[in-house]
Amino acid sequence: MPLNILVIASLAYVICLFLVAWVAERRADRGRLGWLRSPLVYTLSLSIYCTAWTFYGAVGYAARSGLEFLTIYLGPTLVFIGWWWLLRKLVRIGRRQRVTSIADLISSRFGKSNLLGIIVTVMAVVAATPYIALQLQSVTLSVSAFAVPGEDGSAPPGTEATAIWVAGGLALFTILFGTRNLDAKEQHHGIVTAIAVEAVVKLVALVAVGIFVVWGLAGGPADIVARIHASEIADWNLQPGRWAGLIFVSAAAVICLPRMFQVMVVECADERHLFTAAWAFPLYLFAMSLFIIPIAVIGLERMPTGANPDMFVLTLPLAEGQGALAMLAFLGGFSSATSMVIVESIALATMVSNHIVMPIWLRLRPAKAVSGDVRRIVLLSRRLSIGAVLALGYAYYRMSGGSAALAAIGLIAFAGVVQFLPAIVFGIFWRGATRVGAALGLVVGFAVWAYTLFLPSFGPDAVIPAMVFVEGPFGIDWLRPRALFGVDGMDPLIHSLFWSVTLNTGVFLLGSIVTFPGPVERMQGAAFVRVFDIAASGPRGWEKGFAETEDLLVMAQRILGDDDALAFFEAEAKGQGKAGYLPDPSPQFIARLERRLAGSVGAATAHAMISQLAGRATVTVEDLMAVASESAQIMEYSARLESQQAELARTAGQLREANEKLTQLSVQKDAFLSQISHELRTPMTSIRAFSEILTEPDMPPDMVAHYGRIIHDEAKRLTRLLDDLLDLSVLENGTVQLNLGLSNLSQMIDRALQAASHTKPERSFIIHRDLPMENIFLRTDADRLVQVFINLISNARKYCDSDHPELRVVVRHRAGRVTVDFIDNGSGIPKGKQALIFEKFARLTDQTRAGGAGLGLAICREIMANLGGTISYLPGQGGAAFRVALPLRLERKAA
Amino acid sequence: MARVLLVEDEPNISEAIRFILSRDGCDVTVRSDGAGVVDLVRSDRPDLVILDLMLPGVSGLEVLSGIRADPAMADLPVMMLTAKGNGRDREAAERAGVSRFMTKPFSNDEMRAAVRDLVQAR
Repeated sequence: MPLNILVIASLAYVICLFLVAWVAERRADRGRLGWLRSPLVYTLSLSIYCTAWTFYGAVGYAARSGLEFLTIYLGPTLVFIGWWWLLRKLVRIGRRQRVTSIADLISSRFGKSNLLGIIVTVMAVVAATPYIALQLQSVTLSVSAFAVPGEDGSAPPGTEATAIWVAGGLALFTILFGTRNLDAKEQHHGIVTAIAVEAVVKLVALVAVGIFVVWGLAGGPADIVARIHASEIADWNLQPGRWAGLIFVSAAAVICLPRMFQVMVVECADERHLFTAAWAFPLYLFAMSLFIIPIAVIGLERMPTGANPDMFVLTLPLAEGQGALAMLAFLGGFSSATSMVIVESIALATMVSNHIVMPIWLRLRPAKAVSGDVRRIVLLSRRLSIGAVLALGYAYYRMSGGSAALAAIGLIAFAGVVQFLPAIVFGIFWRGATRVGAALGLVVGFAVWAYTLFLPSFGPDAVIPAMVFVEGPFGIDWLRPRALFGVDGMDPLIHSLFWSVTLNTGVFLLGSIVTFPGPVERMQGAAFVRVFDIAASGPRGWEKGFAETEDLLVMAQRILGDDDALAFFEAEAKGQGKAGYLPDPSPQFIARLERRLAGSVGAATAHAMISQLAGRATVTVEDLMAVASESAQIMEYSARLESQQAELARTAGQLREANEKLTQLSVQKDAFLSQISHELRTPMTSIRAFSEILTEPDMPPDMVAHYGRIIHDEAKRLTRLLDDLLDLSVLENGTVQLNLGLSNLSQMIDRALQAASHTKPERSFIIHRDLPMENIFLRTDADRLVQVFINLISNARKYCDSDHPELRVVVRHRAGRVTVDFIDNGSGIPKGKQALIFEKFARLTDQTRAGGAGLGLAICREIMANLGGTISYLPGQGGAAFRVALPLRLERKAA
Repeated sequence: MARVLLVEDEPNISEAIRFILSRDGCDVTVRSDGAGVVDLVRSDRPDLVILDLMLPGVSGLEVLSGIRADPAMADLPVMMLTAKGNGRDREAAERAGVSRFMTKPFSNDEMRAAVRDLVQAR
């Protein structure tokens, strides 16, 4: 077949893809996605898992190792059927967090750590470069398979030339559709649609070749089964350890491969598509693997010995003269290779651009970030990254010479990306996973993988000297790359996989347990692990470097607290006539937000933060998030401290008050006891002394009588004191029984005057009364009220120092209350003592004249309180004046 | 004949003490408050002063301090009486230089013995 036709067919196919992609983009731009959003397209786009390696290599693999090639299909099948819940969580997190790549996922999960982003990016590029080289190799191999005859005499193009054309063409295609725009979701509808078409082409091509082989070359299914049975493929021994390892590798790879992540998570239009993919994608894989063994068996039978079994899919139809079928097979292989390279380079370019190029560029040229045209820079960086990734693949292809078997390179790449698995799985299921753990695990796993598998794959003396394989580095035996820690005789792939994944996971867990996550890390950890519990919140996509309202809201929530921030944003949105919490980021709104934040963090900081968010300064977004998060925590902490302090102060105040009260009570009690002691001991001293005197002989009878009288008086004084104390106790406790009844006030005053008339010193007192006013009936406890009157009258009699003592009793009643004033014409009570007189034992003068214990007025005060009234001293009446006030009608239990 | 100055505001108590001490051969002068007592002691020079702690006006402690403040009367026997069974009062009196502290009520023998002791020690 002339090479020109091949080139023309390829070009036509590419132009066709181009058109498909272009139409899809147009529809997407107009928002008419329609069938573009169907789960079928999603499922077909997942088929980039099947690269040229699976298209060509699977037959070669089967020819070399029998059924083992199936493990590469079984792993993804198990994941999609059994682990779709893990994929669903990844997809949900990816959409919620606006994840742009697998590096972004891991970096974002562990506190938006750019270091992790760089590590993952570097690992992904290293692992993917041979894989991209593999695709270039498969295309050049397939081209040279056609070109061998050289019928028209034209020289077949060199493989280098083919490879460079393919690489360049793919770079162009990828740049055109992969970096056309930078929409928020990083989705590429054109590319995805083109890939879906390619998925159909490669399936149709492989199945067509299979049908040709089974029904054209062999005699139908029965015959092919017999031929398989007869071939040496049927005799391949199954190695259980290698099978288990390969199923694990392919299962992990379908989660961890950057290109799989790109189509599965980043390009996912609808989470529900996963449910279709869960059965449809395994079905696709099944169809892809169905005819592998027949093709391999017939190829081994018919093709000359030494023919590359990797190319059977292409060379078998060519050898049988089926030019059209061979062309279809070529396009199928071409599709496999190109779709993988396109998506892989988009995924890697996004990672390289976001995690390596942009941070460096922003650091070197911070002034440019102020101009605000970051989008152009990002697009340029992406395009350059795509070119760089493909250039790297091409360089690897040239350097490695394209000699290794396809399957070997593919498995090495798989084992490399599997190192992401612990960080991803623990990251989305365990909140305790930390950045340090992830970084350590990734680096250790990557290092072990590189040392035991990747670098040795170049062959002895290529990178690692042959001596090291035999003796270990520096003669350290247990560090031999193929026998780490002395574990010898294992399959190299399984050996490397075992050690890298074990050490990776171990170090990851250890690092996570030993270290404590920072605030941003904790926040992100919670957002990832609890992605299904947390209601949809504003996504945080910072990598573009300019402010969005959600970002401002997230920031404001960190500073103002959730409720305040939401209330503020809602009010702002309402002011702009919008519902919900997200106003347009107008300058006025941002200025108001800044003022609001200034209230919490100070004007300078608020301004700096807003400037950062508006993309006008150089501090990284991660720094900002950290600052905001820390400051919110510090504020919360200090607020808690303050409130605790206030509470402590309050408690201390209460305690001090209670203590003062207790001390005061204790002092009062001591003073009271001391007073009672004095009041009791004084009469007892006289009684005891005189009773002893009376026992003495030869006492004159008049002395005996006199002393007997003193003893009697003092005994009465003692009794009166005890009575008063008991009375006071009852009154103070409020347990006094009131004997309420109607009594005439005048009669009560009469009784009191009568009772008090014997008070010593007995002297003539002039009493002034207003009998008509007194003639009212009170409902009260008459005996108690009379007791108060007696006290007041006898006090007047005792203490009035006038030569012609007089006492006026003045009665008034108004509004249901009665006042009775007792006013004498003595010198009264000095102003300074007036407050004291109602206290217990507050005797003002020489007690010889008083004769009481000093409890009288205290008792009066308690009685009046019990009667719902008061007793008070009236100053300025020309003598001692007391006012008794009480209700006209005391209702029961007024006290 | 020992001369005793008794400062006591309870008339019945001072009468009892005067009776007890007179029978024992003392010449007892009674004052019912503390005012002017220090001057009286300085001019009169009794052999013993008996002070009630709680006196109207000038308290017994003040009188005692006044007496002890004069070097001439520094070792004059002073007996203090109190009806308050309070340890603090005893300490205060001892700090002020009291010779003897007696709590009311007392037995007459006790009083007589104390007075004899104090007078004879002189």
